[in-house]
This record gives sequence, structure tokens and C-alpha cells, in this order.
Amino acid sequence: MDTESHLHIARRFIEAIPHSKALGMEVEEIANGKAVISMPFDPRLIGDPETGVIHGGAVSALMDTCCGAAVMSHPDGAIATATIDLRIDYMRPATPGQRIRARAECYHVTRSVAFVRATALDEDDSRPVAAATGAFTFQRQGGA
Amino acid sequence: MASPEPVQVVKTRRDAALRALVEGVPYIQFLGITFDRRGDELTSVLAYREDLIGNPAIPAIHGGVTAAFLEVTAIVGLTWASQWDAIEGGQMPIDENARPRMPKTIDFTVDYLRSGLPRDAYARARVTRSGRRYASVHVEGWQDNRERLFAQATGHFLMPPSDG
Repeated sequence: MDTESHLHIARRFIEAIPHSKALGMEVEEIANGKAVISMPFDPRLIGDPETGVIHGGAVSALMDTCCGAAVMSHPDGAIATATIDLRIDYMRPATPGQRIRARAECYHVTRSVAFVRATALDEDDSRPVAAATGAFTFQRQGGA
Repeated sequence: MASPEPVQVVKTRRDAALRALVEGVPYIQFLGITFDRRGDELTSVLAYREDLIGNPAIPAIHGGVTAAFLEVTAIVGLTWASQWDAIEGGQMPIDENARPRMPKTIDFTVDYLRSGLPRDAYARARVTRSGRRYASVHVEGWQDNRERLFAQATGHFLMPPSDG
């Protein structure tokens, strides 16, 4: 299967997840254990009404989805994955009104565990909004 | 000796303060999180909805929703605990016109212990350390059975500068 149709299938799959759809997530890139997913600014996601900054929880949802997508795109071929743990470091508030984009990389897999790291950026590419590291289950075909 | 405050006065004051913390935050409304108060103890409630699903095959609640639910619980719980004396002292009325500033999350780590079932979830936060500048909060989330957690989390928070 060529990269284009692979991307198309992965995109349809992830964008059909009810909560990803609720947040308006869009898959920009997904291949070889790496994924880029973004979501638009939405006033319903504001966590601090004084500043208009998006709630950390919405950034977590984006990061978790992006990490899971990176795991599913790993060449070893997981048939399913679930988050075991996820740590998010919030480096600065995302600028209100700007799109948030997460980049995740599944940098190591064992028989049953995938290790992932990710960053979240707004339109200022040089200063990350948040960073994440997580462990995910890596469920293989025919595995226990 | 002054007679104790009438119970309705106490309840009205506490409920107004809680509403001020929760209802002004769009994201808490977006997820449909409400808070059940008993004295100073808060239990957050995430009412199940189809658009909270992250894995339609099982189906299971989205891991990001679980993280967000626990983080909301931690922030509201921490703000509530840090404002309790002000609420009870009555020297600083807290209502929709006067919301206290919120702590900022430094980091937040979630352990996913079981998949989130398609039903209501509950969580409680415990402030394990509360300093002038930094605070540490632990949160437990469960569904049908209080003893069987489906997720737990620990977070560190930067407290807003006090005006005093």
C-alpha cells in the first residue's frame, strides 16, 4: 500500500474517534512511528476565563491521541494500543486564538510496550507549549 | 456567645463559592463535569456521553478525557482547599463577580489502571503538599467501585501570587 492511501486510512480512523472529532483534530502526518495531529483554537476549551488560555486537559487529549497514533503507525504493526501512563510538562500557556499542533514519536517498542515522546506547539514553532512522555501497550497480532 | 450560623447561610455561601470556581470555566462545561460537595469534600462527576469515547471498539473513554477529568479535579480541588479559609471567614466573598485566580499546572502524570467504561466516572483530589508557591496534588478516579480505580494522577502546580 502506498504512503498516500495509508495516510488516508489512518486519518479516517483517527478523525472518526468520537472525542477527537469533538475537538476537531486533524491528522497532518502519520508514518513509521511518527504522527503530527493538530486542533483549532475553540472558546469552549478555555480553562482560564481571565486569560482565554486553553485548558491543559484539552492539550492532554491532543497529546494522548497523537502518541497513540504514532504507536499504531510503528512498522512493527500494532493491532491495538492503550495508554499505560502519560506525563505532560506544561512549559507555557498556548496563545489564545492559535491552532495547537502535536508531534509524537514512538522511539522504542518491546514485545508488548511502546515508549513515546511528544511536543505541542502553537504558531510559534520555536517555543513548545508542552512536552509529553508516555508508555503505551503494544498489542501484536496473535499476541496474548 | 454568638449563636451558630444558620445552616442555610453556610450552604448558600459554600455553594456560591463552588459555582464561581466551576461555572465560569468553559472547558469544565464542555466536558460536562459537575461537583458534589459534602462539607469541604468535593467529588467531581463526569457524566458519560458518547463523544467522550476514544476507542469505539471496546468502547472506552478517551485517555485524554480521563487525563482532563483528573486535571480539572486537581485544579478545582486545590483552589477550593486554598480558598477554604477565605470562604468560611467570609472576609472575601467568592462569587461569579469575584473568582480567585487559578493555579497553573507545571506537570501532570496519569496512570491508566483500567479502561474507562461507558458510564459515569468520579474523582477526588487530595492536596499532598501546599506551599506558598508550589503545590502537589494526588487524584483518584473510579467508576462503579470506589476501591477499583480506573486512573490516578499526580500533578505539580504553581500557586497564583497572593495579593496580601
